[in-house]
Amino acid sequence: MAKENLLEIRDLHTSFFTDHGVVRAVNGVDLDVPEGRIVGLVGESGCGKSMTARSVMGLIKSPGRIESGSIKLDGRELVGLSDRELRSVCGDDVSMIFQEPMTSLNPVLKVGRQVEEVLLVHHKASTKEEAKRLTVDMFERVGIPEAEKRMSAYPHELSGGLRQRVMIAMAMVCKPRLLIADEPTTALDVTIEAQILRLMKQLCKEHHMGILIITHNLGVVAEICDDVYVMYAGRIVENAPVFELFDHKRHPYTEGLMNAIPKIGGNPEFLSTIPGVVPNLLHVGDGCTFAGRCAHASDRCRAEMPALYEVAEHHTCRCFLAEREGQ
Amino acid sequence: MKRVLGRIAGMIPVLLGVTLLIFILLRVVPGDPVSILLGEHYSQETIDRLTRVMDLDKPLIQQFFSYVGNAVRGNLGESYTMKRPVTTLILQAFPSTVKLALMAAAIAWVIGILAGIIAAVRQNKLLDHLFMGMSLAGVSVPIFMTSLFLQYVLSFKLKLFPLTSDGRLISLILPAIALGWNSAGSIARMTRSGLIDVMQQDYIDTAKAKGLTKASVILKHALKNSMLPVVTMMAIQLSSMMSGAVITESIFSIPGIGRLATSAIQNRDMPLLQGTVLFTTIIVIIGNLAADLLYSVLDPRIRRAV
Ligand SMILES: Nc1ncnc2c1ncn2[C@@H]1O[C@H](COP(=O)(O)OP(=O)(O)OP(=O)(O)O)[C@@H](O)[C@H]1O
Ligand SMILES: [Mg+2]
Repeated sequence: MAKENLLEIRDLHTSFFTDHGVVRAVNGVDLDVPEGRIVGLVGESGCGKSMTARSVMGLIKSPGRIESGSIKLDGRELVGLSDRELRSVCGDDVSMIFQEPMTSLNPVLKVGRQVEEVLLVHHKASTKEEAKRLTVDMFERVGIPEAEKRMSAYPHELSGGLRQRVMIAMAMVCKPRLLIADEPTTALDVTIEAQILRLMKQLCKEHHMGILIITHNLGVVAEICDDVYVMYAGRIVENAPVFELFDHKRHPYTEGLMNAIPKIGGNPEFLSTIPGVVPNLLHVGDGCTFAGRCAHASDRCRAEMPALYEVAEHHTCRCFLAEREGQ
Repeated sequence: MKRVLGRIAGMIPVLLGVTLLIFILLRVVPGDPVSILLGEHYSQETIDRLTRVMDLDKPLIQQFFSYVGNAVRGNLGESYTMKRPVTTLILQAFPSTVKLALMAAAIAWVIGILAGIIAAVRQNKLLDHLFMGMSLAGVSVPIFMTSLFLQYVLSFKLKLFPLTSDGRLISLILPAIALGWNSAGSIARMTRSGLIDVMQQDYIDTAKAKGLTKASVILKHALKNSMLPVVTMMAIQLSSMMSGAVITESIFSIPGIGRLATSAIQNRDMPLLQGTVLFTTIIVIIGNLAADLLYSVLDPRIRRAV
């Protein structure tokens, strides 16, 4: 598994400087996406998954900003790039799919044009005709029926599934090295979800690209991911290849997440079995952020933040329970 | 297309209603048109004859329908004071008003939209505060004050522009600024708030994620969305300017619709007043219709419905 890391995030801190104080949305995250692998980032709502992804794309809105850390894409540092430099990377080497396919497409522009635009901006097509041809090709590849005709449709004329396919086409058309998908199927129904996931898996294989997929659905993780990061309150709490994680989960929070997966069908309220709520990111104390909800919490947990301990090859866990084995 | 025709047909009752309203109002207010027409010395016989000629002895409803019947054929009666057909007078005055309105609108739109965009981009920075302060002044200072101020400083003191209109384009610049200033202010505010709102939308993030620069994000993605309500407002503003800038035209003595209406009021010239008000109403209605149609041309989500 000595694959080269496409994306290498080190000690990333992204915070929001609000009137009430500093919200530490991403609090020292390390994350790797190797070439040709699909990496999942899971965690409860509000734990900082989207902010991690948006930090890569330079999409953190005021009053938030990247405070410190490093984000390397193919060895190139992205933190601190000028807006112009970052824009030349985005859409070309790395692209992103958002959760809401309706609101993520511009309602007053034809979908074909919205995809062609990426090609033209990054000089992947020199003429409009060429851009159009490549876009129709891409529409066909992502399974949009009657691709030629759909080019001149407006977003509101397409179904949710088709819109998300347009988003994928838009993200894929410049053949990026890395694709970031922020809950790409959350807004879609289960059949469409399966189709979209299959499509992403296939594209990952064909282009040997890396994919970072954000989700709070462990079913999606089991379906397509190779590696998984579990995030809690702005920090990574466990990281392992997918089978390792499902078979040998070590962090009490990961365990809670897994226990909460409904056994048969549906996915209602899958977090209901973890007592308590995500702590307020405004007031993170010194101790383990999960201590307040953890059945195994000791005084030490409440006083001191555990480090990420290596518990097996490629398997790390941020919990004192894992400390002994780790050393 | 069917909808458009429907909308146009829908204008008819509105116009009839407005005509009726003017008709009644002008007959409710005191002052007898016949005596105005005749002046000081006249005999009862003359009064009766004139009343008959002017149909003023007929029932009001009959007067109304004969007025409407004539109006449809383009005959709005004859001005008491100027002794010429009202239609001719209006058509003579209209070009001046159109010239003034177009110039004022052009000034208002260019200044308003540019200031709005810059203010939005520099949100809460110095330029934003400066422009918004100016636009607040634009919205709240009455037109007659702007007019008199411009006239005094630029024409009277600095002698850069003619004091009053002399038909040349240069003499229209000051009145156009005075008339457009308010509109520029409201357009700037609307453009700014619309743009700031749109810049928060998800599809703007998509555009940035695609690798577009800030300028293309604004020009290609944000502007069209944020301009929808502004365009509607622009069309309505233009039509209200076209319907006669009463104050501006009076101050700068521009022989337009607004001045025609003022003189009709001063002279109690009923056919002329009736004619100008009716004409104005038509212009405003057309303006609103145009605004609606424009909106649906720009917004694909409602284009289907038209
Ligand atoms: N504008 C803001 N001001 C202050 N805090 C913010 C702001 N935007 C986001 N945050 C904080 O950042 C934290 C992380 O948000 P993020 O969107 O990354 O969560 P997420 O893990 O993607 O959740 P979800 O599953 O709901 O999408 C949130 O807890 C929120 O409190
Ligand atoms: Mg999110």
